[in-house]
Amino acid sequence: MTRDVEAREGERLEHLTDEGAQEMRVRAPGHDAPGDGGTEMVLTGQQWPETEETMIVNMGPQHPSTHGVLRLMLELDGETILRCKPIIGYLHTGMEKTGEELTYAQGGTNVTRMDYASPFHNETVFAVAAEHLLGIEVPPRARWIRMLLCELNRISSHLLFLATNGMDIGAVSMMIYGWREREEVLRFFEAVTGLRMNHNFIRVGGTAADLPDGWEDDVTRVCDLVMDGVFDYDGLLTENPIWIERTVGVGVITAEEAKALGVTGPILRSTGVPRDLRRSPDSPLPYGEVDFDVIYTQNGDCFDRYRIRLSEIVESVKIVRQCVEKMPLGDYRVQDLKVTPPPRKRIDESMEALIHHFKLFTEGFKVPAGETYQAVESPRGELGCYLVSDGTSRPCRMHVRAPSFYNLQALPTMLRGALVADSVAIISSVDPIMGDVDR
Amino acid sequence: MADDDTTLDAADEARENVNEPPADPVLAAAAAAFPEAVAHESAGQPVIFLARDAWADFARWLHDDQGFDVLSDLCGVDHLLNAGRAVPAGVTPERFEVVANLTSFVHGGRLRAICEVPAADPVVPTLTGTYPGADWPERETFDLFGIRFDGHPDLTRILLPEDWQGHPLRKDDAPARVPVMFKGPGATPFQQARGR
Repeated sequence: MTRDVEAREGERLEHLTDEGAQEMRVRAPGHDAPGDGGTEMVLTGQQWPETEETMIVNMGPQHPSTHGVLRLMLELDGETILRCKPIIGYLHTGMEKTGEELTYAQGGTNVTRMDYASPFHNETVFAVAAEHLLGIEVPPRARWIRMLLCELNRISSHLLFLATNGMDIGAVSMMIYGWREREEVLRFFEAVTGLRMNHNFIRVGGTAADLPDGWEDDVTRVCDLVMDGVFDYDGLLTENPIWIERTVGVGVITAEEAKALGVTGPILRSTGVPRDLRRSPDSPLPYGEVDFDVIYTQNGDCFDRYRIRLSEIVESVKIVRQCVEKMPLGDYRVQDLKVTPPPRKRIDESMEALIHHFKLFTEGFKVPAGETYQAVESPRGELGCYLVSDGTSRPCRMHVRAPSFYNLQALPTMLRGALVADSVAIISSVDPIMGDVDR
Repeated sequence: MADDDTTLDAADEARENVNEPPADPVLAAAAAAFPEAVAHESAGQPVIFLARDAWADFARWLHDDQGFDVLSDLCGVDHLLNAGRAVPAGVTPERFEVVANLTSFVHGGRLRAICEVPAADPVVPTLTGTYPGADWPERETFDLFGIRFDGHPDLTRILLPEDWQGHPLRKDDAPARVPVMFKGPGATPFQQARGR
């Protein structure tokens, strides 16, 4: 009797933990994805003996170089990758569903956790989309604070990329250096927002607070440290023969493939397309008032993606320094009582302030019915937010166009014909953030 | 409260000023090429509503003739709780919408195409023939909304486990339906089977 129960229980557990079919399905005819095919294989100058046998290998989801929980099903012929199918979803937590339960004021806490390496961009794009539906104009100082924080965030995110990319390829000292400078940027974030990650600082209508006293000196110090670091990394890696050997010509993607697959950001710019939403005329942040260059290269390989991100740190430092010079004075939140809660002190003095405070923090502000799509350039590419409002204080639909999701879609293309050892460098050069991919 | 009203009025005025872009040339061309399509501007952004049978042809036309070379985003929307919503004249509101945001790297324009999908027959032609990048977003929409994409090469679940029941972004999908283990004694079938 007991054995019977245990056997049935075993079957049940097996069913529960079964991840379904493990084979790579054959795609429908006439739909050859750019990642399929590539069967010729040359190893050490010799034709591999002809055999029908290929091997399916699972890489990840807990492999340290898969940046979290990415799993790749690789079809191998010896050392060469014939096909690859990325399996995602291990970090899916239903954040778009959660976004429908939260008010617009609370939504920032949700979206900031998606792409946890660039939280400010997530908060910005959500706030901008809600503001567009509300039809409110954010004060200039708030827009400049957002731009300052976004650019610092781009620096910290690219430093994270340099650190992990170095570690994946074997330059372990790069990992320590990258995190050393990133720590300084995060320290500044902590001084401004109180938190190192997941700040919820950029709110609908402006920012949560003004910049702290003496922020100019702190930012300048961070910029100097980062620039010192960039020269170090450049000297350490850019002309390093081992680095060049591991990255040049590896994981090549063409501009046509990148555009067809919706790839954006540094990967797209590495293929010779100078596409940067910061240059877009309808950019929600005042990038038109600062001077910076869009970096792009022609080769579309891992080395170019590294070089673009390294150079973008320099450009971001340029923007941050101009923010210090040009930061306008004024309000950091829109002075609309229906969106911005009153200051704490007013609640004791004014009945209206008390009512507004109560309404804003219980019901939240109502957003007119409508739908909008807004996008900003995050460190990984086009970060979009498609927001549908039904006229209540909670979104009817909050969809985030995650750049990592689309960039990862191009991974089979980059991995086609590559060696298994290079796959680590290629995954790393995509710089996927799985929280963004799976949401 | 008078102050509030003026602030809101000012905001409304500002909004109307913002929402006055020149008539979008792509929308005009689309209206000529696809007479059944309904062109519309939503908060200043060009939007076009398409019937399902024109969905794939329209994407092909945009890609080949209008320079919209990139599909930025594709997602679904469930309007179950919002059935009486306002839609432009000529559009029959349905429960589901499939929304594609397209971008042109040629002239920098953006366009949003929306397809109304009835709940009884949630099938839409795939866009993967024109935009290979629609592969994953269509799988995601299938996974979360249960909208099937006709002709998609590999329409399987992408974010959720393959044996998952239901489509969680549907408004009538109960989010806490999954049985939770270890909630009190005897809560799980395993414990019950052991007689505890």
